[in-house]
Amino acid sequence: MKQTVAKLLIVTSAIVVLCILAVVISHILINGLPLVNLAYLTTDPDISWGNPVGGIRSTVWVSCYLTVIALLVAVPIGVGAAVYFTEYAKVGAFVTALRFAVESLAGVPSIVFGLFGYALFVISLGLQWSILSGGLTLACMILPTIIRTSEEALRSVPSAFREASLSLGATRWQTIWRVVVPSASPGIVTGIILGVGRAVGETAAVMLTAGMSLGFPILPTQPGRSMAVHLYTLAQEHIAYDQSYATAAVLVLVILAVDAAASLIRRRTST
Amino acid sequence: MQLLASGSAVVIILIVAFVLANGVPFLVKTGLAEFILGTTWDPTADEPSYGILPMIVGTGLATFGALAFAVPLGLACAIYISEMVKSAIASVLRSAVELLAGIPSVVYGFFGMVLVVPFIRDVLNSRIGGYSILAGSIVLAIMILPTVISISVDALKSVPVSYREASLALGANEWQTIAKIVLPAARSGIIAAVVLAMGRAIGETMAVAMVMGGVKAMPGASLSNSLFKPLQVFLEPGRTMTATIAMEMGYAAPTHKQALFAIAVILTATVLAFNTFVHLALHRKKLRQ
Repeated sequence: MKQTVAKLLIVTSAIVVLCILAVVISHILINGLPLVNLAYLTTDPDISWGNPVGGIRSTVWVSCYLTVIALLVAVPIGVGAAVYFTEYAKVGAFVTALRFAVESLAGVPSIVFGLFGYALFVISLGLQWSILSGGLTLACMILPTIIRTSEEALRSVPSAFREASLSLGATRWQTIWRVVVPSASPGIVTGIILGVGRAVGETAAVMLTAGMSLGFPILPTQPGRSMAVHLYTLAQEHIAYDQSYATAAVLVLVILAVDAAASLIRRRTST
Repeated sequence: MQLLASGSAVVIILIVAFVLANGVPFLVKTGLAEFILGTTWDPTADEPSYGILPMIVGTGLATFGALAFAVPLGLACAIYISEMVKSAIASVLRSAVELLAGIPSVVYGFFGMVLVVPFIRDVLNSRIGGYSILAGSIVLAIMILPTVISISVDALKSVPVSYREASLALGANEWQTIAKIVLPAARSGIIAAVVLAMGRAIGETMAVAMVMGGVKAMPGASLSNSLFKPLQVFLEPGRTMTATIAMEMGYAAPTHKQALFAIAVILTATVLAFNTFVHLALHRKKLRQ
């Protein structure tokens, strides 16, 4: 009896979790997708008359720009760190401290990253509110994601690969970059994709470092408004629900694509 | 290589250094007690006052509410994934949870505005149009579910199969085995899941900023004393520490900015303390094994 009730409750809660996911995604897509079309994606937003009209072209551009800069900085550092942790690091206080730093970094709230980016990049380094400030802040944020997934991928490379390469006379360096990293590359790419998802969706930190202005930045020293920040400002206006739904739908589509890509790679490598 | 690996350490040291450098002088000048226990936050007045107790209460209530929803639901879901289903269904559920974790917080915030807030307004008759601590709790609960579920699943899966077999062999049924053997054995991992989820809830910014109404007063200050006050307060608007930083940073004057950095000092210290606790708890367990 007790067992039946408990099992029933447990099954129900699993169904509830699935329903929550379904409701969130379907509500946004059903209300937002009909408003998304080519014109929406290729015209700039226009808020000059109070009620926002136009599309989201410049915000899409800013989101991509920020993400590329974040990846250019975070991927080399993150993959390098993961290689160090898996291939070189010995057990010791230094390595434990570094691991703890990665863990802590993953737990820092995004608004604190925003304040940090504001104090360091925007003010101290004089970069102003700019794509560069925003991209560098995002790089710090996605670093732990990239390190963790790359590390996991590198660890799953069989040690026989390393031994075979070393026994053929390859140096340690050649073994790592020609054998180990290439075989771990699907996992590393998964980490990068997850980093893209985080960078595109981030709002608080970007708002404080890249600004909210609606221009179309060409140089990385210019400010800009990303899709996520755009959604926040639209939603705060309380009048632009159509526009907000459409922007939210585009964001959800990006996240769905990111998730699909990541699981596709994972499935292909696990079989 | 070592230099690259030190990158994260450098970043975390820089974060702590910059937040402290900008926030601590203000804390010293105002006095920590006055800052934390002060009940009035009015940095733009002629005689500004900087008390963040209403926001600490707002953060605390929203987090508590979120845990009240998310921990039972998430733990049950984790038990289902780890103990009760075949791997195919489990992997579908796990990828659903992953997807839930990937949705940006601003989208959750917007979802809360268009669905959760009107629901509270219409069904529960909240005072100011549904923007309330409860709305924040519900949205936060959805956002921390993935943390609760995935770390609990890991904890449950790390319980050796022989424990389960021994329990079943002694005649315990499946539920007795889960409740009396598996859950207690996974206790430290489950506690870690709850503490990490709590850290996420405290640090979450945009979603709570969008659905809690942003009122600066102490939550529930206008309520008359009654038996139901602890429940009624969840229907009141409020604001969190994180939301205050996000909403005011754009227009803050220099001293006001320092006050916002001081909030970040408190926030970072809390969240890092939680993470350290989890790190130590899990690390100790590894050593024991």
